[in-house]
Amino acid sequence: MSKGTPAVLEKLDVGFEGFDIISYGGIPRGRATLVTGTSGSAKTLCAVQFLAEGVKRGEHGVFVTFEERPGDIRENMQSLGWDIAEWEQEGMWTFVDASPTLDQETVISSDFDLGGLLARIEHAVHKTGATRVSIDALGAIFTALGDSKVIRGELLRMVFALKTLGVTTIVTAERDAEYGPVARFGVEEFVADNVIILRNVLEDEKRRRTIEILKFRGTTHQKGEFPFSIVPERGIVIIPLSALELKQASSNVRISSGNGEIDTMCGGGFYRDSIILVSGATGTGKTLMTTEFMAGGAEKGEKCLLFAFEESREQLVRNATGWGVDYEKWEKEGRIKLVCAYPEVTSLEDHLIQMKDAVDEFGPQRVAIDSLSALERISTQKGFREFIISVTSFIKHRETAGLFTSTTPTLTGGSSVTETHISTLTDSIILLRYVEMYGEMRRGITVLKMRGSMHDKDIREFSIDGKGMHVGKPFKNVVGILSGNPQHVSALEEERLKDMFPDG
Amino acid sequence: MSNSVLKLFVTGRTRRSREAVRNLRSLLSTRLPPAYDLSVVDVLENPEQAEMDHILATPTLVKHGVEGTIRIIGDLANTEEVVELLGEKGSSEESAEDRKNEEDG
Repeated sequence: MSKGTPAVLEKLDVGFEGFDIISYGGIPRGRATLVTGTSGSAKTLCAVQFLAEGVKRGEHGVFVTFEERPGDIRENMQSLGWDIAEWEQEGMWTFVDASPTLDQETVISSDFDLGGLLARIEHAVHKTGATRVSIDALGAIFTALGDSKVIRGELLRMVFALKTLGVTTIVTAERDAEYGPVARFGVEEFVADNVIILRNVLEDEKRRRTIEILKFRGTTHQKGEFPFSIVPERGIVIIPLSALELKQASSNVRISSGNGEIDTMCGGGFYRDSIILVSGATGTGKTLMTTEFMAGGAEKGEKCLLFAFEESREQLVRNATGWGVDYEKWEKEGRIKLVCAYPEVTSLEDHLIQMKDAVDEFGPQRVAIDSLSALERISTQKGFREFIISVTSFIKHRETAGLFTSTTPTLTGGSSVTETHISTLTDSIILLRYVEMYGEMRRGITVLKMRGSMHDKDIREFSIDGKGMHVGKPFKNVVGILSGNPQHVSALEEERLKDMFPDG
Repeated sequence: MSNSVLKLFVTGRTRRSREAVRNLRSLLSTRLPPAYDLSVVDVLENPEQAEMDHILATPTLVKHGVEGTIRIIGDLANTEEVVELLGEKGSSEESAEDRKNEEDG
C-alpha cells in the first residue's frame, strides 16, 4: 500500500459469535470478502447470516443467489429460526435470483457482458438502501455461462461496482479440497482483498468445522483455524481459542475443597479463581471429591454447577446421598445445578457451547467437570486440546473455581493424556492413586502442585466411608507409589535416606 | 397463431447492444417469420423487467413459448443458429411486416 497515513479500516460485524474476536471487529467495511469452502462447509449459511445480522441491526440486505433458489433458501433457513420471507415483506431483505433457469434452450455466443445482473444488483441496492450484499456462490456463474475471459472481466467489474456502491459484500465460492487452491476457477483473483476459508474436515471419523481468515488486506486478524459449530437461532458460533488472554486477576482468597483435611494439605484450601485437576484411576474417589467440592460451596451459599459426563442424574444423586450430600435439596434451593450429558450425543464443540451457555445462565462460583476423560473419547487429540484450553480459560475468565477430574488408564500410577494437555493450565493438581500393599489395595492422595502456595508434600493414605473422604497418615516405608511400583523399604533404610538429605 | 413477443435485453447504448438490436431487426425483416413482436428492454432503465426474466447477461434475447423459454445470449451475429431456434420465414402466409415496439410490457 502506498498511502502515507494508513487509515484505520472500519469493520463490520458479521454476526457469527466469536468472529469479532478472531477478526478484531468483523470484516472490512465497504469491501468484498471472499468466503470459500468445500461442499457442505456452511458457505450459504455464512452468506445468509451476514445479512441476517444486518437485519437485526436495521440494515437492509441484498442476497444474490447463483445456486439455490430463493424458495429453498427461505425454507432451509427457517430451521435455524430465520424468517427470510418476513424480512422480505418488511423490505429488509431482497433476493436477486440468478439461480439456474429451467429453459427449453439456452444458446451462448461469446459476445456478451453481465450488464443484466449488474443492473439488477444495483437496482436492488438503490431501491432498498442496502448496505450489505451477499453473493452465493460465484463459481456457479462459470457453470451457467462458461469460463471465459469475458466472464472474468465482468466479475471483476461487478466487485468493483459493489465497492463503488459503498456496500460491504460477502462473496462465496466453492473449493475442491480442504487443503489446496483457495477456490475453484481461481475466483480469488476477483475478490483478492479479503479471504476467509471454511473447512469441514473428516479426521478419525469425526467431522470438525473450522474457520480461518486467510487475509484481510490492510488490517489485522488472528491467524490459523478456529473450530466452529452451527447452533439453531444463532447460526455459526466460533470458539476463539487464542482470544482467551491470560489476563485474569489472581485472587488470594481461599475456598474450601469441601474437605477440611484436603484443605490442610493444600495449605488452607483452593484459591478462589483456580483450576484444580483431580487425577486418578477408576474408583479412586474422583466423583467423591467432586461431590465434596460442590457441597462445600453450596454450604457457604455459593452457586455450584456440575457437568457430569460419566453418570446419570439418578446415579449422581444416589451416590451423593450415600456420602451424606443431598443434591436434590440444594438444587431446589438454586445452589447446585447438575448438567448430565452423554458425551456421544453431540460434538465436543457443541458441548463447549452448551457448557458456556449453562455457566452464563446459572452464574456459578464453582464449576466441576466429571470427567474430562469421558469427553476425550468423542474428539480428536487436537480438538480435545483446544477444548481444554477453551474451557479452562473461559472458567478462569469469570474468576470461578473449577475442579476437573481425569481418569488414568492404569490402576496404579501412570498419567492420562488429559493431564499432559491440561497440567500447565491448572493451578493445582491432586493425584488419587491405588497403592498395593501386602496384597491389599489402599488409596493414596497427594497434592502434586499448588500454584502460589505451600502444600503438603506427603503421599497420604485415605479412606472412604458414609461421610466421605478421610485423609490419614503418610505412607511410611514405601517408595515408588506414583510410578506404580510401590516398594517397601526398611525403617533403617529410611533413616539413612533422611540423614543424607537433612530437612528434605 | 397470435403474435409472440421477442424480448431483447440490452445495457444502455454500448456497441454490443446496438449490434444486437441491429442484427435482430435485420433478421426480422429478412429471415424470421412475421409473427413476432419485438420489445427492446434496457436493463439500466428497466431492471425490474430484467429481474422478472432472470437476466444475467446482456444482450439476451428471450422468447417465452408453450414448450418453455428460449434464451439466446450474445450479439446475435450467429445468424443461422438464431434462425434455427426461432423458426424460418415461409410457414406463415402473412406479409413480412415486422413490428418494433420499444419498451413495452
